[in-house]
Parts: sequence; structure tokens; C-alpha cells
Amino acid sequence: MSTGEQKHLWTALAFVSPWLVGFAVFTIYPIAASLYYSFCDYDVLSRPLWVGLLNYRDMVTDDVYWKSLSNTLVFSAISLPLGLCFALALALLLNRPVASRGLFRAIFYLPSLVPAVAAGAVWLWILNTRNGLINEALTWLGIHRPPQWLDDPNWTKPGLALVAIWGCGNTVVILLAALQGVPRALLEAATIDGASAWRRLWHVVLPAISPVIYFNFIVGVIGALQTFATVFVMFTNGGPDRSAEFYAVYLYENAFEFRQMGYACAMAWVLFLLTLALTWLASRTTRGFVHYSVD
Amino acid sequence: MVGALNLAGAAFLSLLLLAVPSGCTAKTDTPGERVIVNYWEKWAGFEAEAMQSIIDDFNRSQNRIEVRFLTISPIDVKLMLAASGGNPPDLAGLWEYSIPDFAEKGALLPLDDELANAGLGADHYVPVYWELCRHRGFTWALPSTPGCVALFYNKRLFREVGLDPDRPPRTFAEVEAMSRRLTRVELERNGRRVRVSFDELTAAERKSGRYTIVQVGHLPYDAGMFVSAWGFWFGAKYYDGDRRILADDAGNLAAFRWLRDTMTTYGVDQLKDFNASFGQSQTAQSPFLAGKAAMVMQGPWLLNFIEKYSPDLEWGVAPFPAAPGVSDHAPMTLVVSDMLVIPRGAKHPHEAFEFLRYTQRQDVAEKLAILQRKFTALREVSPDFAARNPNPAIGFFTALSRSPGARAVPRLSIWRDYDIEMTVAAMNVRYLIKTPEQALAEVQKRIQWRFDRVRRRWDLVGSERIAEWREDEHW
Repeated sequence: MSTGEQKHLWTALAFVSPWLVGFAVFTIYPIAASLYYSFCDYDVLSRPLWVGLLNYRDMVTDDVYWKSLSNTLVFSAISLPLGLCFALALALLLNRPVASRGLFRAIFYLPSLVPAVAAGAVWLWILNTRNGLINEALTWLGIHRPPQWLDDPNWTKPGLALVAIWGCGNTVVILLAALQGVPRALLEAATIDGASAWRRLWHVVLPAISPVIYFNFIVGVIGALQTFATVFVMFTNGGPDRSAEFYAVYLYENAFEFRQMGYACAMAWVLFLLTLALTWLASRTTRGFVHYSVD
Repeated sequence: MVGALNLAGAAFLSLLLLAVPSGCTAKTDTPGERVIVNYWEKWAGFEAEAMQSIIDDFNRSQNRIEVRFLTISPIDVKLMLAASGGNPPDLAGLWEYSIPDFAEKGALLPLDDELANAGLGADHYVPVYWELCRHRGFTWALPSTPGCVALFYNKRLFREVGLDPDRPPRTFAEVEAMSRRLTRVELERNGRRVRVSFDELTAAERKSGRYTIVQVGHLPYDAGMFVSAWGFWFGAKYYDGDRRILADDAGNLAAFRWLRDTMTTYGVDQLKDFNASFGQSQTAQSPFLAGKAAMVMQGPWLLNFIEKYSPDLEWGVAPFPAAPGVSDHAPMTLVVSDMLVIPRGAKHPHEAFEFLRYTQRQDVAEKLAILQRKFTALREVSPDFAARNPNPAIGFFTALSRSPGARAVPRLSIWRDYDIEMTVAAMNVRYLIKTPEQALAEVQKRIQWRFDRVRRRWDLVGSERIAEWREDEHW
């Protein structure tokens, strides 16, 4: 490297240094520190004490930890496929040439603009056992004892899944954009060959938008594992029988309420590894269903 | 030349970036000659206004210190983060149960030396409140406004069912009997919709569950933040004072069985339906403030909410009777208190203490108590204090807080976790998801595990910490 090039390199580095410094101080350092603290008994206020793998070992025997993990996985298993199917159905409907299409798109997108805390407060009333909108409708349909969404441990997660599905406007918009990118020539060719609407959807549309569905699925897995705000607002102390104690909520409680920051850091690292593993698994299992370059 | 300019520009950008965070902690200490004491408190609304009035008096009374009040929520989390960042306020308002936790973690300054110099000590305070200020042999806080809980009842509802509105329950059995009588249900009888007392239901009608509860007498779970404290009324200990948690002791078990029996007597589904129409305690939607619950366990602060949400409510207040054999002579209560502390790392601890000492003067403490409609933790009470206090029950609460039957939650650094676990267990019993025995066994296991972790840490750092406190005493 010549002297001039070296000088340019230093100038360039100096110019990007604000970002580099920020990245090092606000991202790299906290990540490294959290890894270190995960091996410590650390309460934020006093100095960390090295305890080796104790936090990780404690996780194995912590019943609430396992409950929070299972709640999060069950919720993800309910809300993710249902949310994707619902979003896809909506996107397909909104892709039809219907009157006031723009208005409908805006209406379905609106819930995703509602802050999670406000959504949680509103859904507390919508899911109210006695006077809630949903149970009023179910009673009107003749169901004598509709679900106790907020009080029955078996119904809290389906209730939260409803909230998640209600806010699927973002996914709808992304899928809608993908649907509009499906090559018209392919659809026309399929129609000429006598393919029904169902077969066109199954054999042309879905393969064509499969990378977008895959993207939403992966983002959904990561998002579902980190579900926090709505649950935090809707349920105190994890709800009935801790059925709504989610991983991220329990992590927050350990960090800021119980002041077990070391334990919370260990939980965060396990969540990171879990997310990594699930994403890898999702990409492995869905590889055969994702088609790129349909043009 | 251009290269030099580039370098200078880049260096300027970097400096700007580094300057931003440091700007946050820039000192704004002394406008004129006064030292600024930053005071963080959890209070908002009229409680904050009351303290602001005390601060204004103090700021006017001298020309060296200016106290600045800031409402912070949630104060325990924010104070912990500020203290760990080395930038805490000079004074902060915590709850009494947070003191052991903050003290053990080295977040507070011990006040003993300063208290001795100021001539303040155990003699000035009601013993039970003084004990709340102490932990592991040191004094960490002084009370701002204390409280204690009692049974509030709705006189109109008593009258409507033929009970004497000036004769609240005196025994635990009377609470139960009156509660059944005050519980009103609606049902179909001979093709007509009727409203009767729960006592008037036939055995078959109770068994069928075909009734709707429209008014309740007393519900143990409608006690706001005190659900985990019912054990005291049954003689529970909670903690042996050393290494053992006593969540599953006989007193707590009796309290949880009482909760379960209440649910099975009135019907879990019927009570769920009843509660679904209401919101939390201390809101306009609470059953008591809406005139749909005849009795509730609350503190003197409830008067502020009655005035705000239900000014026409005809209420009375009495000690909640303990279970037989627990406290037959002395009225029982649970004492709580808002506390003032000086965080470790405070920039002006001496000035903060000067204001803290000012708040403990009898005239000042009584003014704050009157403005917040509470009482004080001081032994001395002015003869006209009750007359000047707009809360008509203040004499009652002042006397109740001094009863030998007054109890406080154990001085455990993990009380908050303990309380949460007990609340979760109570909810599981309330919905009949777990038996009282199962629910409390889970609390015992979990809190003992948590406590063992805390003890393990204390065993490692305890002596070092106590040495540190001894040094800290002379700040």
C-alpha cells in the first residue's frame, strides 16, 4: 500500500469512525458483556461474581423457565401458521379487482400501526369473558359458555394468537406485493392449459411467491420467540397458572424485577441459540418448497 | 490540504459523537449559590403536589439548598439503573419492601451516623415503622408517609340486607356470615326473575349453579396488592429469620383454604362472571367503589379514590378480624410505608439528608400526611392532627398502626419475588387449578431456591459488604 493509499485509508476510517465507535460501544460491547455476565452472579448494582455454568445449570431446574419456553413455542406454533394463512388469504382477496380495493388494504393494514401496548389494552376488553366483543358474538351464535380467554390457562395462548393474527397487516402488504409480481405469462399459460383457480394458486402462485412466504415465516419465527409487549400488558405475573408467561417476559422479569441480570443474560444467550437453531431448521425443512427465479 | 481538511472533519464528527452522551450528565448544579438536590419519587397527582408543597416550604426556609422533585415510574427499576450507572439522584422515594434488596446490593447509604448527629432515632418513631427502615443492623431509610390496612365496608349495603351499618364484623366467623348475607344473586324461580340473598338459595339452587351474582359481600382475592398477606390473619410466619422460607406453613395454608372455600361456596364460574364486569381495585371499575362489593381490605389512601370516583359512598372502617386464636385481643393489620433513601453515589448526600431531616419534623411530617390524607410514623402526634386531617378515619388508622397486632412483611431482599409467587399461587387456587397444598408447595420450592441463590451470594460477599457499610457510615 502506497503512502497516499494509506493516508486515504486513515481518512476513510476516520470518517466511518463515528459509526465504528457507536457499533463497538452500543452493540459489540453489550453483546460481549452479556456473554460474560451469563457466567456471573450479577445483580447490576454490585460487582459480578464468576459462577461458571451455574446460571445455565439453574435454568435446567427452573420450572418457570421451562414453562415460559413451552408457552412461547406453543404460541408460535399456533400463531405463526394461522397468521401466515390468514395473511395470505387476505392478500389474495385484496389482489382481486374489487371496488374500493385501496380502502380495504388500508383497513387491514391499520392494526399493524397500533402500538403493542394500546393493542393489549384494547384486546383486554375484546377478550373479556362476560362483556367482550368476541364472547358476545359467540353467545349470540348460541355458544352457552364461550371461552374464558383471560382466565382459563387453556385459552390464554389462543387468545394471544388472535391478537397476533389481528396485527398481520405488514405480512399482508409484503405478500400482496409478491402476488403482484407473479408473472402474468405463467398464469395465462396455466389458464390456457385448463388449470382451475385452485390449481393456478397451488402450482403457479404459491411457488412463485414462496421466497416471500419463506421470508415471512423466518421473520415470524424470530418475532414470535421474542413476543413481549402485548403479553406484558395483558397479563400480570404470567396470567392464570403462568400460562401466558413468555420467554421474553420472564427474561425481563429476571433482569429488572428480580435483579438476576446474570441469569437473564444466560437466558438471552439460550434464546439466541434457540432462534438460530430454529431458523436453521426452518430453512432446511422448507428448502424443497422455496423456488427462486421463476421468470 | 484537502486531506487535512477531511481528517479534521472526521475528527470533528467523532468528537461530536463522543460529546453527545457526555452531555447527558453535564452538571447543572448550582444556579446562584444553591446546591441542587435531585429527588426522585414514585408519586404523581395530588400526592406529588403534596410533597411539592413541602419542598417549596423547605426551599423558601433557607438559601443554600434547592430540592427539585421529579416523578419517576417505575422508580425501583429506574433507580437501580441510575445507581448502577453511577448517576443516581440525591434522594429517592422507595417502598418499604425494597429497602433490604437495595441495601444488600450496595445501592444505598447507611444513615446511622447522620441520624445520631441529628438526634434522630428509634425513640422518634412507632417501633414497627422504625424496623422497616432497618436491615442487617443499619438504618437505610426514613418513612415519608406510612399506611396500614383495614376492612372498609359499605353502610348502605349493610342497611339494605338488614344489618346494622354501625356494627361491622368483629370475628372472622362474622365476616363470613355477613358476606353470605350481603352476596346477592339473580335467578329464575317459578318462571320469574328474582333477586335474593345467597343465604336464601336452596341447596338445589346452589348445586345447579343457575344464578348470577350481582353483588358480593367480601372476596379475599379483591385485596389489591395484599393478597399474599392474608396469612398474617391466620398466624403465618413467612420466614424463619435465618435460612428457611415458610411459605407452606399452617397459617398460609389456612388462608389459601379460606380462599378456595370462598370460590367453591359462591361458584368459580359465577364469581368469574361477576368479576369480568369490573376492573382493578382503586379504579372507578372496582366492585367496592362501584357499590357492588360490601367489604374490601384497603388502606387510608382508599378515601382519596372514594372521593374521586364514588363521593356518595357511605363507608365505615374497622380492623379485619383475625382467625380464631391468632390475635384475639389486639386488632391486626399489615403496615406498609413510603420510604426516603439516599442512594450511594449521590452527589450531595449531606444536603439531601438536610431535607430528609426536615421532612421528619413533626409539623412537616403532619403537613405532608394531612395533604396526602394519611398519618405519620412518628411517635408524637399533635392533639389536633386528626381534626385537621380531612380523612375522617385517620384517628382509627393512627391507632391501628400502633396496635400490637400490627405486622410487616419479612425483611427479605427477595420479598418482591415472594409476593409475586404467592399472588400466582393465590390465582391458581382461586381458579381451582391447584389445591392450596400444591400451590404453596410450589411457592416454597421456588422461593427457597431463589433465597438459596441470594444466600450463596451473601455468604461470599456479606463480610465485604458490611465492611463497606461501616466505611460508608461516615460520609
